[in-house]
This record gives sequence, C-alpha cells and structure tokens, in this order.
Amino acid sequence: MAQTFLDSNELVLNMGPQHPSTHGVLRVILKLDGERVNGTECVVGYLHRGVEKIAENRTYQMFAPYVDRMDYVASISNGLGYVLAVEKLINVETTPRAQVVRVILTELNRIASHLLWLGTHALDVGAITPLFYTLREREEILKIFENYCGARLTTHAFRIGGLQYELYEGFEREVIAFCDWFMPKVAEYEELLTNNRIWRDRLVGVGILNAADCKRYGVTGPVLRAAGVKWDIRKALPYSGYEKYEFDIPVGTNADTYDRYLVRMEEMRQSIRIVRQAVGAIPEGPIMAKVPKVLKPPVGEAYVSIEAPKGELGYFIVSDGSINPYRLRVRPPSLINLQALDQMVKGALVADVVAIIGTLDIVLGEIDR
Amino acid sequence: MIPLLKKIFLVDLFQGLWVTFRNQHPKHIYTEQYPIQRPKVAERYRGAPRLNINPDNGETLCISCDLCAKACPENLIVVTSVRNEQTKRKDLTTFTYDTSRCMFCGLCEDACPVDALELTQDFELASYTREGLIWDRQMLEEGPKPTQYKA
Ligand code: SF4
Ligand code: SF4
Repeated sequence: MAQTFLDSNELVLNMGPQHPSTHGVLRVILKLDGERVNGTECVVGYLHRGVEKIAENRTYQMFAPYVDRMDYVASISNGLGYVLAVEKLINVETTPRAQVVRVILTELNRIASHLLWLGTHALDVGAITPLFYTLREREEILKIFENYCGARLTTHAFRIGGLQYELYEGFEREVIAFCDWFMPKVAEYEELLTNNRIWRDRLVGVGILNAADCKRYGVTGPVLRAAGVKWDIRKALPYSGYEKYEFDIPVGTNADTYDRYLVRMEEMRQSIRIVRQAVGAIPEGPIMAKVPKVLKPPVGEAYVSIEAPKGELGYFIVSDGSINPYRLRVRPPSLINLQALDQMVKGALVADVVAIIGTLDIVLGEIDR
Repeated sequence: MIPLLKKIFLVDLFQGLWVTFRNQHPKHIYTEQYPIQRPKVAERYRGAPRLNINPDNGETLCISCDLCAKACPENLIVVTSVRNEQTKRKDLTTFTYDTSRCMFCGLCEDACPVDALELTQDFELASYTREGLIWDRQMLEEGPKPTQYKA
C-alpha cells in the first residue's frame, strides 16, 4: 500500500473542450507527473461542420462564403486563398486594381488576426489590459471591412475573378488614417509587454520548437519564422502581386514563445508597410475580370497556398468539369501547427500549457472545419 | 549597473502602468451603450433582407425571376408566382425568406436583376420563436420593427 502511494502516479487531466484558454473547443488530455507534463493528446472535431463535403454540393461561387467560416479571425485571407485557387483552375487572372485592393484588405486582416492573438495570448498568460487595447484597434479594422463589404467578420469580400464591391468614398483616407493611428499603438503594446518582467518570465525559453522540428511537423507561419527560418510564401511564391511590395520577413533566433511574440509584433508593422505602399498605388480600372456566370472549370486540379496570418493556407480543388468541385481540400495552418503541441509541451509546467497553446495561434473553426 | 537599477526601481513596471494610466482619460472611452446608444452601421451593411416596392404605386419590384433563390447557397428563398395572362408576365404571389439559415453573404442581392431584394442596415433580427425567423412577403416589404428602448 505504502509503496504504491509513494510511487509517482501519472495523473491524467482533461483540459477543455470548454476551457477558456484553448481558444475554442479543443480538448487536450494532459498526462501529468506533479507539475510536469509528460505528454499530451489532442482531441479535435468538436466544431466539425464538414466544410469540404459542403463544397462538393455547391457551385464555385456559392462556396465562397463558407471559407470565411473556417478561420473566422482571418476570413479575408481564407477568401483570398479560395478565389486564387479557383482562378488558377479556370485560368483567369484578376484585374490589377482588384489585386491591390485584395492585398490591402488581406494585410489589414493579418493585423486584425494578430491583434486578437496578442490580446488573448496576453490574457492567457495573465495580462488582461492588452486585450482591451487590441480589441479597440481591431474594431477600427473591422469598421473598414464593414464600410467596404458590409460585414465585419464573415466578410465574403472577394469574388472569383475580382471584387464585388467598388471602393467606397474615402477608403484610402480611412486606411491611411488607421495606419498613422495604429503605429504608436504597437509601441504601446511593446511598452506594456516586451520588457515586462512577468511577461518575459512566462515566455522566454518556453515551448521551444527548433527549425528542424518545425520542418519535420510541417509547421509554418510565425512559429517557423521564430525558429529562424526565413520562409514566407508572400516572398517565396508571390501571389496577388506581392512581389511589388517592399517588406521584411522578421525572424527569431531562440524559437521560443517570446520570439514568436516578437515576430508577430514585427509582422504587424510590416503589414502596415505593405498597406501604405498598396494604398498609394491603387490603379484605376475594372474590378472584375471576365468570368462566365455559370462556372464550369476544365477537368483538372489546382493547388494554391497563401501566407495566412497563421501559416501556409492551401486550397486544393479537383474539377471534373461540372459546376461543382469534385473534391476540395483545405490545408489549414492551425491543424498542422497544432501537431507540434505535444513536443513543445513535453517537460513543461502545467501553467505553460496555456501559453504554448496561445503561442501557436490556433483557431478551432479551421482545425475542425 | 543600469539594468540592475532598472530592476530595483521597477522601471518596466511603471512604464506599463503609465500606458494604462494614459488610457484612462475619458476621451479614450470606447464602449457603446448599446440599447440606448444605437450604432450607425455602414451603408453597405448586410443585415435584414427587404423586398423593395415601388414607392409610387406600392407594387413590388420583384419580377419573380427566381434568380435569388437559385443563387442562394443555403436554398432558403422560395418564390412562387402566377402567370398573368394579360401582361404575359409573372406576378409574385409569395416570397419566403428563412433568416434563421441565412448567412448574409449577399449572393442573392447580387443576383437580383432589378434590385428588388436588398440586404438593409437593420440588424436586430431576434425572435422568440423559430417561426418568427421565417419572413413572408409582408414582413420583407415592411421590414422588422424592433422595440426601441429609451433611456
Ligand atoms: S444572404 Fe446568402 S444565405 Fe442569405 S438568402 Fe442571400 S444568398 Fe442565401
Ligand atoms: S432575383 Fe430579384 S426579381 Fe428575381 S425573384 Fe429574386 S427578388 Fe424577385
């Protein structure tokens, strides 16, 4: 009796699916030895809606609003990935004006996504204040979206072949005003967090995932860049005219949670840089390329991947020549990044688990689809 | 030496506190007092659907072409019509729109050739019953009438 009592027993703790720090409905089964985590097991699928199957029963145009509901924090990036994939399938290039507008909106969406990530990540780690500020700034971006396309979150802003809506009066002015207003705010977050002792103590050296492991798991996005790998699809395989803009790819060195924070902060600044360049160079012209009303792509397949705020977001579409996709497959960055959770969490303390889940920046709508 | 002094006097902490303090100024208040203070949504806002009528004679603009119903990914619009033998056109009889399943994507609005169906700026669509969310032609023409609260 006494002996089994003294044996260190592995305690199994269920975290989620209703845990507020799992950013949705993720269930993580933690195997604990005291305060240390020996291993994890993720249970996903609580938010499964069968989006890929829905696609097989919708026409190409009809499916576009559904992709917004995968990564609902960055719905415009999802929309861009989907329309680019279909455009590749039907071999249509959108107009220059539409391309630039797409870039502006996608970059604003990247900032919105990073802001939500920053707020919730800080909240998980124990700093409540940044959440209020980041949501305030995000609100301004959502207002621009609302003015542009009429919806804030599930925007359905792009159509196959271009855009549905022309820019509204004062769009450029509003975007520039946002950029000017936003830059000091980033400095403000940095003041609150970057040198904050609690923040550093909680993040530095936590959840290390080095470059080799990142590649092994197929991890992309800021997590990979924080490991020192300069990989950004916007530079590596430019789409939608990204080769025209000047921006840097921020990379980290230590591959820990703190570096991922720094990388994302810098990414927000770089996004502002891209937005400024793009707003100054919106060409005149039509916003919609010639696309038939009834879309029947030729038999074939197309894969397009873009740099979503969370990593490489890919759309693979197989066409059988009918009006519906034969098969549509999404490569969601969150799901693939989440695989690395087990490795990152092993040996860490229980309290670090929420920090590590936060730093991966997952969205369950995208994981479960 | 300086980092140590910084550590002892908690400089970073006060820096952060200063940010919070600065943001306490009343001009930074951002909260909307919703039922009292009503937000002004954007002009293009995709909210409650409306079936437009001709303001001069009160007749519907809809030509019963069924394009909106065909464009909708959720198949939630049902249009019925009868053929008018005199004008050789179709006359709209009923128009049902199930807002409970609508995702306000705007595809129906885009499809309408005569701008009869429109998504408007009304955003208060709640109902106590499920049936209340299925809007008929009359409801679509008149628009929702949410209770307004005054302070
Ligand atoms: S807004 Fe979209 S989902 Fe709603 S009725 Fe129109 S097409 Fe259908
Ligand atoms: S598309 Fe417009 S005109 Fe045609 S049935 Fe719908 S509302 Fe009526």
